[in-house]
Order: sequence, then C-alpha cells, then structure tokens
Amino acid sequence: MELALFVVLAVIAVIAAAGVVLSKKAATGALFLLLNFCTLAGLYILLNAQFIAVAQVIIYAGAIVVLFLFVLMLLSPGKEESQDRKPYIRVFAVFLAVLMLGEVGYVAFTGVLSGTPGQYTPEKIAEVGNVQAIGQVLFTDFLLPFELASVLLLVGIVGAVVLAKREL
Amino acid sequence: MLSDYTFIGIFVVVAIAFPIIALALAFFVRPKKPDAVKSSTYECGLETIGETWVQFRVQYYVYALVFVVFDIETVFLYPWAVAYNKLGLFALVEMFIFLAILVGGLIYAWRKGALEWV
Amino acid sequence: MNISSLNLTAIAPQIIIIITALVVLLAELFTGRKSLLAYLSLLGIIVAAIASWYIWNGTEQRLFAVPMFQTMAVADGYSLFLNLVFLVTAALSVLASINYLVRERINHGEYYALLLLATGGMMLMGSATDLMTVFLALEILSISLYVLAGFNRADLKSGESALKYFLLGAFASGFLLYGIALIYGATGTTNLAAIVDFLKGTGPMRGTYLFIGLGLLLVGFSFKIALVPFHMWTPDVYEGAPTSVTAFMSVGAKAAGFAALGRLLLYAFPTLLGDWVWALAVLSVLTMTLGNLTALAQTNVKRMLAYSSIAHAGYILIGLIAANEAGMAGVLFYLLAYAFMNVGAFAVVIAVGREGEPNLELSDYAGLGSRQPLLAAAMAVFMFSLAGVPPLAGFFGKLYIFSAAVQAGFVALAIIGVLNSVVSAFFYLRVIVYMYMQKPIVEARPVLAPPLALAIALAVLGTIGLGLLPTPFLTLAQQSIAMLFGA
Repeated sequence: MELALFVVLAVIAVIAAAGVVLSKKAATGALFLLLNFCTLAGLYILLNAQFIAVAQVIIYAGAIVVLFLFVLMLLSPGKEESQDRKPYIRVFAVFLAVLMLGEVGYVAFTGVLSGTPGQYTPEKIAEVGNVQAIGQVLFTDFLLPFELASVLLLVGIVGAVVLAKREL
Repeated sequence: MLSDYTFIGIFVVVAIAFPIIALALAFFVRPKKPDAVKSSTYECGLETIGETWVQFRVQYYVYALVFVVFDIETVFLYPWAVAYNKLGLFALVEMFIFLAILVGGLIYAWRKGALEWV
Repeated sequence: MNISSLNLTAIAPQIIIIITALVVLLAELFTGRKSLLAYLSLLGIIVAAIASWYIWNGTEQRLFAVPMFQTMAVADGYSLFLNLVFLVTAALSVLASINYLVRERINHGEYYALLLLATGGMMLMGSATDLMTVFLALEILSISLYVLAGFNRADLKSGESALKYFLLGAFASGFLLYGIALIYGATGTTNLAAIVDFLKGTGPMRGTYLFIGLGLLLVGFSFKIALVPFHMWTPDVYEGAPTSVTAFMSVGAKAAGFAALGRLLLYAFPTLLGDWVWALAVLSVLTMTLGNLTALAQTNVKRMLAYSSIAHAGYILIGLIAANEAGMAGVLFYLLAYAFMNVGAFAVVIAVGREGEPNLELSDYAGLGSRQPLLAAAMAVFMFSLAGVPPLAGFFGKLYIFSAAVQAGFVALAIIGVLNSVVSAFFYLRVIVYMYMQKPIVEARPVLAPPLALAIALAVLGTIGLGLLPTPFLTLAQQSIAMLFGA
C-alpha cells in the first residue's frame, strides 16, 4: 500500500516538475509547481513527517505559489516569453543536473555518509507523534528561536511596507 | 499508521472524482450545437479590449508579502495547538508574546494603508 | 520548565532594544515629529547599555556565563563587550542620521525601528550559543540591513544597493543554513556546548558531513563580513546605501559576523583548528591586499572607505587566526576602535555632503582645513587612526592583533599585515593632503547640525581616548574573552 502510494505520488511529482520547466506560459508553470508541492506533501506524510507536510502545504503551496502569481501580475503583459537563452547555459544546466543526480544516487546506494542520530529517533516520534514532538521541543528548548522568528517576521512586514508602499 | 489517513484518502479520491464525473456526464448528455456567438468568450457580455493581462502596480505586492508573513505565523500555531495539552499555561504566554509582536506589525501595516486594495 | 530557568535578566539588553524598536515603530504612526523617535531610540540604546553594565557587574569574578533559554544564548563577558561595540555603533549612527534623513527627504520613523532591530540582531549574534539562534539573529540583522540599504527609495543607486545586497546576502544565508544542517547531521545537535562534547568524544576522527558543513559555514560568514573573494557586493552596496546606513552596517554587520564566527570557531570547533586556520589565513591575506590595493585607485571617498572596510576585515581576521587569548582580546579591542573611527569617518562624509549626495569625490574635500577647520581635524584623526598611526585607537588595535599573531607563530601573516597598513596609509593620508594642502574648489562651508557634531565629537573622543588610554579597555577585553577559552 505504502509503495503503491509512493509510486503514484512520485510519478505525479516528476511529471509536475517537468511541467514547471517545460510549460511555455509562466502561469501554467506556477500551477504545475503547486501540484508538485502538494504531491511532495503527500510524500512527507508517507515518511511520517506530518509537520513538514503541513508546512509544505501552508508555506509552499499556499504562500510561495501566491507570491509567484503576484510576481507574474507585476510583469508587463506579453513579455514573459522573451528569454534569450545562450546555448552553453543549457549545456551547463544539463551537466549540473546530471552531476547532482549522480551525487544523490551515489549517496543513496552506497550509504557512505552517515550522520549522528539526534535524540528524536523514528521510534520516539512514532510514539508521541511528529507534530506533538515538534511542539514540545519548539516551545521549551527552542523558545528563544521561536520568539526570534516573530521578530524576524516583524522585520519582514516593515521591510515590505517600506520598500513597496508608494508613500510612507 | 497509514490507516489513520483512510478517511482523508477517501475524501481526496471523492473530491477528485466528483468534478470529473460531473463534467463527463454533462459532456455525454448535453446537446452539441456550436455557433459563432455561443463559442465566444463572453456570450452575453462585452468583448474585452486589448490584452486581458494587464500589468499591476507594485503596491499589490505588499499585500502578498504581508499575507506570507501571517501564513507562516499559522505554521507555528499548528504544533502549538497540538502540543498545548502537554505544555499548559506557559505555552499560552509564549504564544501571546509571539502574536503580540506580530500584531504590532499588523497595526503598523494597517495604519500605513498596506492592507488597502487601491 | 519555569520562567526563572530562562534567565530573562541576562538577555535584558536585547529585549530592551527590540521593545524600543516596537515602540518606535508604533509611535511612528502617531507622531509627526520623527526626530523625537531618534531620541527615543537613543534612550533605548542607553538603557540597554546600562543593563549590560549591570549584568557585567552582577558577579564577583568576571569569569561567568549565564546561560538562558535552555542554553540557546548566553550572557558572558564576550557578549557584553560586544554589546558595548554594537550599542556605540548604533548610538553614533542614530546621532549622525537625524539631520541626514531630513536632508535626503527620507525622514521616516521606520528607519530607527529597523536600525534598532538590526542592533538587536547583532547583540543576539554576540550571545548566541546555538546555531539556530545564530541563524535567526543573523537573518534579523541582514533583512533589516537590506531594507535600510534601499531606504532612499527615490534614489536608484540606493535601490540597486538593496537589491544586490539582498540577492548575495540571501545566497550567503543559504550557504550558512546548509552548513548548519550538515553540522547538525554530523553531530546530532545544533547546540555549541553539545557540539563541543561530541567532538571531544570522537577525538581526531571527523566525518565528511562535519567537514563540508564547517566549510559552508565559513563561506556564509565570509560573504557576510565581506572577505575576498566573497566581497564583490561590498563596494556597490556601501556606495549606494544612504551614508548613515553605510556607517552603521560597515561596522555593525562586520562586528556581528566576527562575534558569531569567533564564538563558533574558538568555542565550538577548536579541535578542528588545524583545518580552518589555513583557510582563514589565505582569506585574510587576500582580503587585506586586495582591499587596500583597490582602495588606492578610488577617488570617491565613500567607495574608498568601502574598500578600506574590506581591508580592515582582513586585519581583524588575523586575530581570529592567532586563536589565542591575546588575539581575541585584540579583535574585541579593534572592533571597538573600528566602531569609533569608521562611523566617525562616515559622519564626516555626511557633513561634507549635500542633498542628493554629490559631494563624495576627493576634490570636494579640497581645502576643508580652511573652510571648516574642526571638521577637517576630526577627519584627520579618523584617517590617521584607520591608517594605524600612533597614538590613536587604530594603532593599538593593529598592534595587539599583529603581536598576537606573532605569538601564535604566524609571523609572515603579521608582516603582510604591517606591509598592508603601509600601503593603506597612502590613501588615508591622501584625504588629509586634499583637506590641508589643496586650494578649495568651492568656498561653501559645510553646515554642522548639532546631533551630527555630537556624533563626530564622540567618535573623535573615542578614537583618541582608546589611543591614549588603551590599557583599561584591553584589560576589559581580556576579561571578556576568558569564557571562550574555557577558563
């Protein structure tokens, strides 16, 4: 069952990713990206990482895609397809992609790199639940970074208003 | 553990199937008599003049950015709500401070007119 | 977990600064007199400084470290001395900004709020003992600075500066975050103390993850403190940003970067010393040499100071490379000295400039000695100090750092540093030559607004004071770093 779900989600994810790169209209690309993000969220759930799945949907599928669409709105009409791609850039991109694929494959199949497991092993997470485990750590040990995140978001609001508002 | 998602899975399948079935049914049942007026974009409206894609002003972007900030805020609310029973009053105060700082930002953005769709 | 375990008093200076920023931001909405906000900010800075002083005096011996928020941050001598550096920078920048903002027609309250938030970020970087805190503090600092760099929205150069800074800064943050992720993967923790324990356990054996992670971390920080070859953004950003912002970030962002880097390398990764020290040595030589040689060719004073600030990052790095107590004390002393002399120099640039900032060329300083003798004298003090002429603050900073390098066996590095100082003397003294030995092209006397005059006077006082009485400050710096070396 898990495998079947994984295969279905993975195939959709790859097709959507190809759609992002290949679609002629930027808006279509953004919608493919949305589909890709949603399937990724499904994959995260298969990995028992519910929090990341939810964050993926809320932040990426929600906020980031909205930002992309807003950027498209800001572009002047008809100009979005004028790209002067130099051929060597494409060759270089393919080279990088192959290199990356090789790297990922190498690490995945040989398992040469192994890290140190932290205190939250998969067993422990399965016991308390992923989101609850995150909540318990975030609001006790990582309290300071949590509050700093709100200051960071505040800076974001002020920055957005200062840079983009016509009159201050 | 996957069985926890049975209902969500059924829901997703039904949600996807619903519009497909409705559209397919309509496709087979409806009569097909196209003519020039009927296949125009706005059958009973005005034709658009020029491009439909107009360039928006950068001010709208503030909207999107403020949205992103408060969207991220909800991500923090989610584990807080789930773990609240174990954390108790202390977590309430923490979240209150977190939100208070952001509400400061909201008041600022509001008073600056960043939330007006002009 | 309860409130007292958080040790809120230990983080009071940072909290005070951030609350002041919020108050300024909200007060901006309801007041028309924006200069009031500047004085409100100054009040916050002074209160934060007093709070830092109280924490410093809170214990009998100064070998203390008060962990807070589950060891996410710490109040120790190191962080408190750095608080002093950041608060001095912020206070001088606020004073220098008041009339500048009016002149450039960008007198908005958000400026002071962002400046305070950036200061809060810097102070948190100095006290962070967890990679998560380091990253968040750095982002608070960086994003505030991106916005401040583009604060003059009518000026295209300011916008360009903000965009360049943002793109490269975000890129650098990516490196840094990836490095942090890999270090977490290798050690299973982001906490510096836990990383120390982990490295003690593994001994000389080290994983590939850790190695790559540390490398990426160094690249990220090199971008942020503008080390060659990661410096390309610096001249354009420093030149395009409003001058008061350039003054603030050329000192503050750099000091914050060094603060976090120093704690990371010397507290968490001393066991890998043999690996990072040579990388930094190469960066340091490149940074000093390229910064100084390029500064020679500049005729725009603001741009010249931008390259000079690159070169100074190279000097300060030598203190880190020495990796001994003398070196780190030297770094802290240098940062304090640099805060006074560099903000001072930019304050003079503000005073000489006019609306729209046309007066940035060397020729605009011609005859300043006769047009505005006091201002010229102040600029001369800053230039001499930046060049490292005794008995000014800059000289002792360099002296401590170079002698620490010799102590640690990096004689060649110290010699390259001294040679670079000689090269740098040329372009610093050229400003003085222009001011005193050239005929003025325009007869206009730059007008000195009282707050700006106060900022320059304080900077002169600091530069000369640190030069005439270096010992108490050096002692203070030496006491501050004891914690880093596990005393």
